[in-house]
Amino acid sequence: MDTISQSFALAVSMVAHLEPRLTQIVALSLAVSLSSTLCSALVGLPLGAAVAIARFPGRGPLIVALTAAMGLPPVVVGLVVYLLLSRAGPLGQFGLLFTPPAMVIAQTLLIVPIVAALTRQIVEDAWLEYREQLRSLDASWLQSTLTLLWDTRFSLLTVLLAAFGRAAAEVGAVIIVGGNIDGVTRVMTTAIALETSKGDLPLALALGVMLMSLVLAVNIGAHLTRQWARARFG
Amino acid sequence: MADATIRQGAAAADVSIAVKADARIAREPAALPAAANADPAVIASGVDVVRGGTCVLGGVDVTIRAGSRTFILGANGAGKSTLLRVLHGIVDPTRGAVTWGQSSTRPRGHAMVFQRPVLLRRSAAGNIRHALALYGVRGRVADERIRDALTSVGLSDLAERPARVLSGGEQQRLALARAWALKPAVLFLDEPTASLDPPSTRAVEAIVENIHRIGTTIVMTTHQLAQAKRLATDVILLADGRVAEQTAAEMFFREPRSAYGRAFLEGERL
Repeated sequence: MDTISQSFALAVSMVAHLEPRLTQIVALSLAVSLSSTLCSALVGLPLGAAVAIARFPGRGPLIVALTAAMGLPPVVVGLVVYLLLSRAGPLGQFGLLFTPPAMVIAQTLLIVPIVAALTRQIVEDAWLEYREQLRSLDASWLQSTLTLLWDTRFSLLTVLLAAFGRAAAEVGAVIIVGGNIDGVTRVMTTAIALETSKGDLPLALALGVMLMSLVLAVNIGAHLTRQWARARFG
Repeated sequence: MADATIRQGAAAADVSIAVKADARIAREPAALPAAANADPAVIASGVDVVRGGTCVLGGVDVTIRAGSRTFILGANGAGKSTLLRVLHGIVDPTRGAVTWGQSSTRPRGHAMVFQRPVLLRRSAAGNIRHALALYGVRGRVADERIRDALTSVGLSDLAERPARVLSGGEQQRLALARAWALKPAVLFLDEPTASLDPPSTRAVEAIVENIHRIGTTIVMTTHQLAQAKRLATDVILLADGRVAEQTAAEMFFREPRSAYGRAFLEGERL
């Protein structure tokens, strides 16, 4: 019990003093997770909106596949990306394995289905409401898509925050493709796993506090955004 | 609190102006714009609409005179809203054809106002700006049209107010302003006053009258025979998806030609 309380006190001290070792890991975690969230938005938002509005053969199975992919096991995604990026793999020539970009790719693959599937649901609900009006205004397919994405922006922001939370809390994929190299690819989740196994509980706890704070801040941000949007735009 | 009071006062003033305009219009004969005797605005020929194996419209032949105020009447489920959407071109007929003027392609110069206004999550002005942008109208021209349209429906003070927090009557007036800004040749209205109180209904009617005055053909569905009597120049009566009667409004209300028309008016009187 003493060890835990001492570790906790040390962790609080590290967070309070923003110890360089800690801040470096947190900064890399944020950079990787924000990058993967941005990439997933660039792919997932248009993909989800397109599936919501367009009618084409195989749309139903695609929706099922997108929804199912929301639960992709991170270690499987990590393994697939590892095979693609390894020296013998099809993308091995780019030398991305065990670098932050490899971690971004793995996290993006993990959260694109989340962004696309939730975007599809949100935009489709809006499309049912706006369809006749947009047709009446002779809006093209692209104009309709952009209108719907803009009008559901606050719900979609919540989706992106959720995706960011998932990316930031993920460990299985990034440890496989990043390698948890100190100062290069070590992020909060992989550091927590390593420091715990080494018995360095203060650093693990400090990182845990930072990670929990980050996830909490994201959720508070999502909640406040929804409330503000409801009050401002109805 | 003070803001709410001012807003209520402004809305009441708007409605008052609109009602006065409507009363003035009601005293005048149903004067039609110069385009009244021009080519038909819309023609539906042999239109069938089948949904899920059910015939919603069957063998519908109707002509909308340019410059007219044509009201589509009928009982619930008669197919009024479907016919309106077919005439507007946002529902494709299963069989038959619709032509707009000389064209079989839906023109851009038509607009529609729905029973429940579909407003985007933007300001009142932003909703009109969006519609104008889709029509390629931007910049100062758009600003002027937005200002004119909002003033015309008495919403100029609420231009920056989020559209979705407006009252039901204000939302419907905003939907009319959006249509007005597009300067449509034909305006389709699907029971625009169905969920409004009498003052709001009169305000909407006055706006519709004013839009008609600038040369817009009006095609409207309604459940309210009194409203059709006040506003219509032409009437299309639907019964179970078929046209029971298409005639001048004056003739219809004085002496309907069809047995169904007589029964419909009798039923309304009961």
